[in-house]
Amino acid sequence: MTETAIFKDSAADRSFRAKWFANRLVVYGVLILWAVICLFPIYWTITTSFKMAPNVMQGNMVPWVDFQPKWLGWKSLGLSPDTIGTESTVRDEFVKRFLNSSITALVSSLLAVILGSLAAYGLSRFSYKFLWMKNDDISFFFLSQLILPPVVLALPFLVLYKELALLDTTIGLILLYTLSVLPIVIWIMRDQFASIPTELEEAAMVDGLGVWGAFFTIILPIALPGMVAAFILSLVLTWNEYFFAALLTSTHSNTLPVMVASQTGSQGISWWSMAALSTAAILPLVIIGVVLERFIIKGMAAGAVK
Amino acid sequence: MGSSEHLHIVTSDDITPGRKRFGQTLVWGSAGLMLCVGAAQLVQSLGWQDFGFQTWRPTLYAFCLWATALCWAQVLVRGEQGKRTLFVLPAALFVVSLTIFPLLFGLIIAFSSWNLSSPDGRQFNGVANLVQMWNDPFYWNAMWNMVWYTLAIIVEYAIAFGLALLLNAQIRARKFFRVAFLLPLMLSPVAVSWMIGKSMLEPRFGPLARLGRAMGWENPSFFGSPEMAKLTIMLMDAWTFIPFMMIMLLAGLQAIPKELTEASRVDGATGWKSFWEVTFPLMLPVSVTAILIRIIFKLKLADIVINVTSGGPGGATDTVTSFIFREYRDRSNVGYGTMLAMVYLVFIVIAMTILMKLAARWSGPKT
Repeated sequence: MTETAIFKDSAADRSFRAKWFANRLVVYGVLILWAVICLFPIYWTITTSFKMAPNVMQGNMVPWVDFQPKWLGWKSLGLSPDTIGTESTVRDEFVKRFLNSSITALVSSLLAVILGSLAAYGLSRFSYKFLWMKNDDISFFFLSQLILPPVVLALPFLVLYKELALLDTTIGLILLYTLSVLPIVIWIMRDQFASIPTELEEAAMVDGLGVWGAFFTIILPIALPGMVAAFILSLVLTWNEYFFAALLTSTHSNTLPVMVASQTGSQGISWWSMAALSTAAILPLVIIGVVLERFIIKGMAAGAVK
Repeated sequence: MGSSEHLHIVTSDDITPGRKRFGQTLVWGSAGLMLCVGAAQLVQSLGWQDFGFQTWRPTLYAFCLWATALCWAQVLVRGEQGKRTLFVLPAALFVVSLTIFPLLFGLIIAFSSWNLSSPDGRQFNGVANLVQMWNDPFYWNAMWNMVWYTLAIIVEYAIAFGLALLLNAQIRARKFFRVAFLLPLMLSPVAVSWMIGKSMLEPRFGPLARLGRAMGWENPSFFGSPEMAKLTIMLMDAWTFIPFMMIMLLAGLQAIPKELTEASRVDGATGWKSFWEVTFPLMLPVSVTAILIRIIFKLKLADIVINVTSGGPGGATDTVTSFIFREYRDRSNVGYGTMLAMVYLVFIVIAMTILMKLAARWSGPKT
């Protein structure tokens, strides 16, 4: 807008542009502010795992600029470059917890997706009647498990597992985790199957396939993205679960969150090792979150829009 | 999901009487076996006769056998109809055996005095646990805290809605912002307890405490006073769960047809007005779903409280779950803890039923 401009914007146009500009500024300001709020704790934890005591006391923040990164925190876990080859009881402990967490989360999510998908498919396709319960009642029965707070089941399970010798076993934990994510899987998959037209199976059955044959060859491939979404969401919930793991496991099968929690009190100010441990605990899910964000969003959006 | 969407197939089964009989024998045989094993174990646990059982595992195995036989017999006895039942039956058996049975068992525990660390074992004590609960100020305090925590959802909802609107607007780097906003939800609450609660909020060296001092707050202490501690826990929980509501709301926003908002703009509705008169009413059903699910998750809040404050100071941050957790951890008091949990469940069921009825009337089709 120089003096020599041939076409001049009218005053109204110019004020509109200024308003638009201010609007953009606010929008991006808020977006960046919230992104900082979301990302700073993660950044803080990762950088702290490379700090030493003086860096923590002085509140240094930026690696290489105001402090020199050191492997101190990772060394205490036995995961730094110079300790990775040597024997380390802490690392063995960590690896054991990590594997426990992975196995529990993967198996229970898989089990929940299998059981939940089958049930959701049945409920979306056939009409059932069990005693007084029809389809909607059965669906409600499954979904109502969601409001059951874990604390109600925890103590009875503690006693039952003790009698069944399932206390402190991975299988016991897997059963409970499957139970806790099953309603969510059914919620997502019901939505998935409802969006697939029934004509597909009808056509397949005319061609001579049975109910299960049609399900496996026709429906399963179409519903796969939804199942992946349900699986990932279950994975997130089961990997992070702490309450049941803290109550029902002690030495053999406790998971990573239990290990993190047990270290929180004892470590005092040795932040670097706690930070390294926390980083190791959150990193798998941060990676999943970044890479598979599409599926997570798809899973959570299911059922939100009818 | 109306019944009109269901599959309609007519199939003819020819099931021989022999096959039918085999199926029925399978179910009743395994059921009989389960009952026998269960009865034998019961006899032993009552001390009448010793069969040499170490644990209750045999009953569990017999139950699994019966469940498998039941599923298989569906197909044997009822043919095509049974194959359809087989879709739902495994999940139903799984859920029933893992919730209904423990809940009934929990009811027995709830009415007994049972301390796992004492050698006396379980003893019925009638309503003594209820009386003790009635006079337990800490339990009711935890209940009140839950009301406060639940009310915080209104603020979370407002923030989540704002963020969803921003993400739905014409912006650059949308994917980056979406991933960044989602990440807090992926983090384990236990790790968050340390990352934020124990280190960032540490009064001497934590970055947020430094920020507080830089902004003129003399002695930043985030868990010093009861109100402050409660607020801090609320903020930490909000930080993890705002992405959840945000994504549900974003999905709702994206489902709104563009023509509607454009039409309202043509009609002269400006930003604020078009939001309140077009977007918000359209978003009402999604909002209700998101808030209801959020309430359900909020009522389970415990991990952060257990790991950051253990309920302190003076029970100001206690949730019902963390309170019962400590009741068990510190005192091994299974009987009393279960009673508290059962009462909590009753409260939740009543509250959720009322809320769902209200929500259905509120967001349902207006006639």
